[in-house]
Parts: sequence; C-alpha cells; structure tokens
Amino acid sequence: MTINFMELLNFFNYDFLIRALLAGSMLAILAGVLGVFLVLRKLSLIGDGLSHVSFGAVALGLLLGIYPFYVSLPITAIAAFLIFRLSERSKFYGDAAIGIVSSVGIAGGVIIASLAQGFNVDLFSYLFGSLLAISWNELYFLLVLTIVSLGFIVYYYRPLFALAFDEMAAKALGVKVKFLNTVLLLLTALTVAAAVKAVGVMLVSALLILPAASALQLSKNFKVTLFSAAAWALLSVLIGLACSLSFNLPTGASIVMASFFIFIFNYFLARWR
Amino acid sequence: MSVILKVKNISIDYNNIPALKDLSFEVKGGAYVGLAGPNGAGKTSLVKAILGLTSLNSGEIELFGQPLSSFSQWEKIAYLPQKHQYNQLFPASVLEVVLSGLAGLSKQPKKESHARARLLLNNLEIGAEENKLFSRLSGGQQQRVLLARALIRQPELLILDEPTTALDPLVREKFFKILNKINKEQGTAIIMVTHDTSDIGRYAESLLYLDRSLIFYGLFSDFCDSKEMKDYFGDFSQHLICHQHDH
Repeated sequence: MTINFMELLNFFNYDFLIRALLAGSMLAILAGVLGVFLVLRKLSLIGDGLSHVSFGAVALGLLLGIYPFYVSLPITAIAAFLIFRLSERSKFYGDAAIGIVSSVGIAGGVIIASLAQGFNVDLFSYLFGSLLAISWNELYFLLVLTIVSLGFIVYYYRPLFALAFDEMAAKALGVKVKFLNTVLLLLTALTVAAAVKAVGVMLVSALLILPAASALQLSKNFKVTLFSAAAWALLSVLIGLACSLSFNLPTGASIVMASFFIFIFNYFLARWR
Repeated sequence: MSVILKVKNISIDYNNIPALKDLSFEVKGGAYVGLAGPNGAGKTSLVKAILGLTSLNSGEIELFGQPLSSFSQWEKIAYLPQKHQYNQLFPASVLEVVLSGLAGLSKQPKKESHARARLLLNNLEIGAEENKLFSRLSGGQQQRVLLARALIRQPELLILDEPTTALDPLVREKFFKILNKINKEQGTAIIMVTHDTSDIGRYAESLLYLDRSLIFYGLFSDFCDSKEMKDYFGDFSQHLICHQHDH
C-alpha cells in the first residue's frame, strides 16, 4: 500500500475534496490553538463533554427536521456556558460539571433517537463524522469562526496568557477574567459543534488534545506552543486526509491516528533531547 | 504624602465565619508596611479585599481617593501572590511571564515593554535567564521573575503576600534588600504580608498586626513597647517576637 500523489492531486478536481481540505485546515488551526488553552487549564475533557451535547443536539435537529448543524451550534454554546456557571458558582469541580453536561447530552440524544425511529442511520453517522460531507455553508461558518477566534487570541494575547498562567494573579492585574473565560468557552463550543460533522462525536476531543499535547513536549515559550499546536494539527489533517483517500479509510479516524503518531514522535524526541 | 489606601470598618465572613472584623487603617504614599498576624488572622483576606478579589460584608475601601467599586487605575497597583506550585508543563519563558504583568493595561509599544522587562531582569540579576522556561528556575529565581512581573507596571503600591516563604535565608535577605531599594529610591509604597515580624522589622517602617481585627498599627519602633502589644501577647511573647529587631 503506497500513496500515489498524482492520484491524490486528481482528487482536487472535485469540489467536495477542496471543501474537505479547507474545512479540515481551519478546524486544525482552531482546535490546535484553543486546545493549548484547554490542556494547560486542565479542561481537556471539555471537548468530549461538548461533543456529547452536540450529539443530543443533532438528534433534536433530525427530529424537528432542522439541519442538525444549526441546532447544534446554539445548544453546544449554551452547554459551554452552563459548564462555566456550574464550575464557577456551585460547589462543583470543573470536571464534574463537564461530566454532568456530557452525560445529559448523550442521554438526551439516545432518548430522542429511540422515540423517533427512522433517523438512526443519519444520527449514528455523526458518531464518526465525515470531513468529505462538509457543505459550503459549514465552510463559510468555519471561515468566520477561524477569523474571529484568531483575531480574539491575537488581540487579547497578553491577558489570555496571564489567565492561563495564573488566574488569581490575572484577576489582580485587572484582567477581565470572566469575559475571557466566557469567550474562550464559547469559541471552543462552536469549534466542537463544527468539528462533530467533520470527525465525529467520538473523536472531537482528540483534535483538541493531541496537537496541544504534541506542542507542549518541545516548546520553550507560549507563542511557539500556539503556533506549533496549529502546525501539528494541520499536518495531521493533511496526512489523515491523504491516507483516507488513498486507502479508503474513515477520514476522522485517520486524522486522529495521524495526530497520535505525531504526538508519539514529539514525546520521544523530547525525551531524547 | 497623601493617603493612597483607606480601609474603613470592613468586615468579611466566609460561610458565617468571620475572617475580618471592623478593620480600619490608612496607608500613605511611599510607606513600607509589614502586615503580620498568626495563621488564619485574615491577612490574605485583607489583601484580596484591597485587590477587589473578595467581597466585603460591610465597610469601604478607597484606593488613591476612589472607592474600590469604581476604581479603574489598576496600573498603579501590583501584586505578588503567595508562592504556589506553578504548572510544571506550562511553556512560559521568563520574558513572557514578566511581560504578562502588563496584561489588563492599555497596549504599549512592543520595543519599549521588552526593553523595560529586560532592564528589570538585569536589575534583579536574572537577565541571563530571559529565554529559559519559568518552570525550570529555582524557587528564588521564580520569585524574582514574579517581582519583575509586578514591577513592570511601575506601580505606586506594591502588595506582596508572604513572598519569601520557602526561600533560603540568603535569597530571602537579597529579596528584602531589593524591595527596600524599590521603596527608598522609587518611592513605591509596599504592603508586605508576613508571619515573621523579625524579618520584616528590619525594613518596614510600620507594622499592622492583625488577628481578625486590628491589634496594632503604628511605627515598628513603637511595636514592642506598645500597650496593645503587651495586652495581646503578654510579656513573655513580647520578648520572643521583639528581641531580634534592630529598631
């Protein structure tokens, strides 16, 4: 089994492949950069929790006959806000709040699926996603989300760094901690909602965690970590997509496996150095 | 010198357990105040209250003549928190940590802020470490980096919460000398939380002794012979606490 590059280039005559490549690249950059903040703040599992909520939202969309993506976006955003409020106000640890919202999302999805039989095939296709099925509308949404997210991170770079490094000190520095936390979670939720269609409910969190974990192995400063997480995520999307097309493998799983091997490479390289 | 901090009859409760009771005092510009008291005396609660990080049950705080609720000149204040274990995985360079002290302030030219950060690191004798990972530095070096993070704001009031805990005596002495210089040469007012009155007594001019409410506030030189001191500690404890002072 070898990758035939000429054959791969021919694929780009197809519209859906260009969409897949563009969407995958934007998702990679988004997930890579946001993932660094989540991993460093020990919120790695939030991707998992929000993707489970997204599963419930997709089921609701299918039940109501509304395009699932449009239902998933607001519901996942509300879930992110709920996680934030629960972990902030009540006597909850952040991971407990994620666990609660996550299981309610899955339970809701399963109940809706069992009540409205007939769309189970559609619903379960969201478990593993398909990057090749991304629509133009979803692509435009991703473009806006990428521009807004990167703009937010560049503009608030220093306060975001201070917040990730030491939240208490950041508050004392006059950083608007609540605002930054809310926007970061909202952007994460929207990224997750978009990524569910591409890589599936089961694999979204890998897209957020693995590139960040790879970047953290070797980085000597925060800025380089953000860039390298985005670069590793992009590389895993490209490798995953190429493997998927060449060997007829599921796209989402191929991307995650590529990301995993990149992490292993970085892990051993860091120990060797 | 004008009053830069006015604390008026403040009380703080946590789950109906009083942390501070009816506390009032003032601090003038350029002052060096040691804030001491036993464990659980409310020292950190007071610092958090001054920084607006905890809400008051009653009373008022004024910073630079403005009520805390509407205070906006945070660039005048810097804070060095209690030493805690930083995330060993956090990929922050020393220079990035120092520059993060400017977070929350209006944007400043990159060249200028980098130059100021480097000057501070050099003055604190850690200029050679600027590109190293913060997590790889020793405890004493980390504290100096965090002090540089506080000083890059060029504050008029520097609040430190037990900054020398876990530092060895030599490093601690050096740290105190740096603070003394900042206070004397730049006129930066300092409020330093400590539970060791013998250490702070050699530098701070005043002492605020707290045990949920105010026990003593005045010149350090008056502390050992004060009536409040005798009433609170008794003669024997007074000897234990005061015998090391140079005052």
